[in-house]
Amino acid sequence: MTTKAATDQSKADVATPMRGADVLVRCLEREGVDVVFAYPGGASMEIHQALTRPSRIRTILPRHEQGCGFMAHGYARATGKPGVCMATSGPGATNLVTCIADAFMDSIPLVAITGQVFQHFIGKTAFQETDVFGITLPIVKHSYLVLRAEDLPRIVKEAFHLARTGRPGPVVIDIPKDVQQKVFEPQLDQEMELPGYEPAPQASDNELIEVLNLIQGCKRPVLYTGGGIVSGDADRELRAFADLTGIPVATTLMGLGGFPEDHPQSLRWFGMHGTVAGNWAVCESDLLIALGVRFDDRITGAIAKFAPDATVVHIDIDKSEHHKNKVVPYPVHSEIKYALQRLCKLAEEHGFEKPDLSEWNRKVYGWRDEYPFSYENSKHITSQEAIQVLYEETQGEAIVTTGVGQHQMWAAQFYRFHQPRSYISSLGLGTMGFGLPAALGAKIAHPDRTVIDVDGDGSFLMNVQELATAVRENIPVKILLLDNQHLGMVVQWEDILYEGVRAQTILCDPENIGSPDNEAGLYPDWVTICEGFGVKSRRVIRKDEIREAVREMLEFDGPYLLNVIVPYTEHVMPFIQAGSSAKEILIR
Amino acid sequence: MMRHTISVLVQNKFGVLTRVAGMFSGRGFNIDTLNVGPTHDDRYSRITATVKGDDQQLDQCIKQLGKLVEVLEVRDLRVGQYVARELVLLKIEANAAKRSEIVQICDIFRAKIVDVSPVSVVVEMTGNDEKVQAFLDMLEPYGIKDLVRTGAVAMPRQRTRSAGLNV
Repeated sequence: MTTKAATDQSKADVATPMRGADVLVRCLEREGVDVVFAYPGGASMEIHQALTRPSRIRTILPRHEQGCGFMAHGYARATGKPGVCMATSGPGATNLVTCIADAFMDSIPLVAITGQVFQHFIGKTAFQETDVFGITLPIVKHSYLVLRAEDLPRIVKEAFHLARTGRPGPVVIDIPKDVQQKVFEPQLDQEMELPGYEPAPQASDNELIEVLNLIQGCKRPVLYTGGGIVSGDADRELRAFADLTGIPVATTLMGLGGFPEDHPQSLRWFGMHGTVAGNWAVCESDLLIALGVRFDDRITGAIAKFAPDATVVHIDIDKSEHHKNKVVPYPVHSEIKYALQRLCKLAEEHGFEKPDLSEWNRKVYGWRDEYPFSYENSKHITSQEAIQVLYEETQGEAIVTTGVGQHQMWAAQFYRFHQPRSYISSLGLGTMGFGLPAALGAKIAHPDRTVIDVDGDGSFLMNVQELATAVRENIPVKILLLDNQHLGMVVQWEDILYEGVRAQTILCDPENIGSPDNEAGLYPDWVTICEGFGVKSRRVIRKDEIREAVREMLEFDGPYLLNVIVPYTEHVMPFIQAGSSAKEILIR
Repeated sequence: MMRHTISVLVQNKFGVLTRVAGMFSGRGFNIDTLNVGPTHDDRYSRITATVKGDDQQLDQCIKQLGKLVEVLEVRDLRVGQYVARELVLLKIEANAAKRSEIVQICDIFRAKIVDVSPVSVVVEMTGNDEKVQAFLDMLEPYGIKDLVRTGAVAMPRQRTRSAGLNV
């Protein structure tokens, strides 16, 4: 032993022996990680121990592994940097699965680290053993089971590279406990071994000149822009391209903030609950330029009736998105930022002439003026009104996260997003309970910005335990809880499709339904819940209190939940029913 | 529904076969045959799969395969552009009376007897899909007791003027 120690000492300047867990932490630091959202357990506590030693990384303890996954998700969406979450083996890891699937659907850079049982227990149905590598296969960009501690530096480097480059996505690193405990001399600078990975395709000039030619010859063009603009950091380039061509812009919800909603060419966002103008413009377009989008069914409705007269150009970093849902004549495989930059440059070089769109503009901006998002005035506070007030009181500067349901749509309709990474919502997977943990992650990323979880009472309860994280970790997020005592979106569908039959969509006592007119029936009592957690809160019912209450929430120095009691009878409008075309939009 | 032979060059790492197979199964494709083996470079393996599927779906599948981090190359091999071979082992009922007839058929197909017993023979045979099928048709009447196939392995032809010669 003495001899060995002496030998190690002599090599100290090259590498000193370290535990696997410490090597992991060192590797995370080298990737620029400043926060890890992690819930400990038997198979991951070695890493938690390593995180207690001096390091630049802050470790946040959520109160459920799903909380840590969505905090990392919120952090990643607010910054563009990979969010890191960690859980133990077995149930800890399976609780992360929804977060991983969510990040996969919305192309979010997430690195999920899971502890695994000792390698000699793998396959033995050991305590808290699950095959996380296997379970997560269809929902990851890539995944690793670390069999040799010596590979940790390369694997961590690859994982972060994969998560953040190309089309971003989740990467799982499953680390057996013996790997965490192994003491060895790490080679921190290892080469990546990714010979099959090409993250940065670039369109050819010929393809792009073709696009410019199409624009010069068209009469009714629309830019259909999505999450790729945000994740590709291409909002400025989009703006320049829109200014150059004069084409109206309709974004998806994923693309919200990728184009300023107060820009004169903005048709805001389209799809199932999007603007009439956006939907109709896309539907009647003769040239549809799709940028970083995936022709999701909530956007297209009946795919055969989607933009039926349009020549479609589809520029995407992911070749597999071409023809996946819609077969298009002009698929362009490219990084979006490069393509837009190059389009502008080529336009300049080739004397591009802006087409005359005056007739088209009159039409689409006419629709925009005629059919803005709107709601009926009510004697009660409505969710729409509460969000409108929130927008006004924050001057549109806040980061808004949401749960899933009606409030999620209203937040997108009545808050306006002028910069990317401001609307953070589970859009592809549609995971209820996303809002609060995502807000916590976003707030940690941007301590100086106001971060508000606009939530519904159904969604919020799914990760209510993270109120404890807000308090204990001192993360001053705000929660605008729009409480209608129902699962509002399902209720809406019940009203339209099932003659209003309520099938497990009432959250309070069905015999004594809480409402603005029946305070006694309200369930649960959020103010009492918040009191238990030590979170400041207030219930508002009266319409004349809402603005002052929102101000109080925003001004309070600490986490705050504003429980707004709203009627459950409101429907999200406009509405294009699943499988219908934009022509069949229900406006009111 | 066309039958396609898909050739996938992958990094030789655990889990890669599951990822590739998952791309087919997750889209409802049934894999007819599947073969995996090392290449001349031990860092890489070659997976050869034959699948039936609708062309647009298959196009998706191939693009998705290409997206897998450990996949270096995916080729949808088209008829005439590649050579494919499969190895078959089969056990046939063969008493002394029938044995010589079977040996004759094997000769025609350049198949080899690799085991013999008083009641059966085990035959090894290679060929492309049609040849294998023809061989099996010939032996069927004698009573096939057991059959194992490797699935096709395939290699693109060299693109020269004299290419495409079936030798």
